Amino acid sequence: MTAAPEPLLVATDLRKAYGPTPALDGAELTVRAGEVVAVMGPSGSGKSTLLHCLAGIVTPDSGDVRYRGQQMSLMSDGERSALRRTDFGFVFQFGQLVPELTCLENVAMPLRLAGRRRKDAEALAATWLERLEVTDLAGKRPGEVSGGQGQRVAVARALVGAPRVVFADEPTGALDSLNGERVMRLLTDAAHDTGAAVVLVTHEPRVAAYSDREIVVRDGKSRDMERAA
Amino acid sequence: MSIGHTLLGLLESGPRHGYDLKRAFDERFGHDRPLAYGQVYSTMARLLKNGLVEVDGIEPGGGPERKRYAITDAGVTDVESWLAQPEKPEPYLQTTLYTKVVLALLTGRPAADLLDSQRAEHLRLMRELTRRKSGGDLADQLICDHALFHLEADLRWLELTAARLDQLAAEVTR
Repeated sequence: MTAAPEPLLVATDLRKAYGPTPALDGAELTVRAGEVVAVMGPSGSGKSTLLHCLAGIVTPDSGDVRYRGQQMSLMSDGERSALRRTDFGFVFQFGQLVPELTCLENVAMPLRLAGRRRKDAEALAATWLERLEVTDLAGKRPGEVSGGQGQRVAVARALVGAPRVVFADEPTGALDSLNGERVMRLLTDAAHDTGAAVVLVTHEPRVAAYSDREIVVRDGKSRDMERAA
Repeated sequence: MSIGHTLLGLLESGPRHGYDLKRAFDERFGHDRPLAYGQVYSTMARLLKNGLVEVDGIEPGGGPERKRYAITDAGVTDVESWLAQPEKPEPYLQTTLYTKVVLALLTGRPAADLLDSQRAEHLRLMRELTRRKSGGDLADQLICDHALFHLEADLRWLELTAARLDQLAAEVTR
């Protein structure tokens, strides 16, 4: 039996309130390299807040998030921003591509922000567009492509920088079944090939079925469903 | 599924032996539950008796005689009307599961754990079907999708029941 890979992200006893409303109330989660973890739960259960805490976008009121052993709350804003650029990739429900840039420029953007030359960045971005089966969109702007195509461009952008963790918040929420499944298949195949872990927030069981395991968040508390089985 | 109608439908493309029929059935529809030989022969005997198939020829072999069956005109009409008849939509409530939840509440056992372990089991099967689907042809994908949509509906029921467990507990223990 092979030993489980070292945890990449470990969240312990996370608590976060927005005003009097607790969003997280002792949530926990461990993410290992190369695995796809689905975070499920009813609307307002705290699953997006959990994702934002894990990604260092939101600071929890108490509790601890460690990325590769390093406590994220002890990092400066600049260090957390750098981490998000170099080690994390993001896919959101509505793509959130920059409308003024072409699809190729959107995908190349994380590399450009990391200091890569335009030519190199766009060459690598083109290979990712090809991998996500949207090569023909390279010169188009986000407003000229369909929702499903835009999400595939967003997945390419999330993976182009070879992140260790991809955070996907309802990545298929705005797509029909066929397009949603295509995006999920391409995202999970690419993540498995590159060894990236995926934290996938979804309320759709058929999307969660692309994961390796599942965490359910209810009333700000998490439950590892491996232990429920 | 009506095995008789399915075998009749398979015979429409031409006469076949019982063994060929079983193989054709298993290839197309029997992924999870291949037909037993006994079931093929008993079904063919019934269809023969009802005049929906006829014996097209008999080949003597080492073992029992091998009958080749052909569909009759009455058989074709029967398949046609079966295909034209919509299936009865069944609101599908997992009665065993519902009974278990109520019994757990009545006896003070953790009903939420029961729902969670069922949920994990459902998602485990959904993962398996999703993997099978991604490696399969279009027929495989459609069969898996059908199962996945049904399992998803069950899972939504599990979620909704979990969210209303306190309310249900109050009602059943009143």
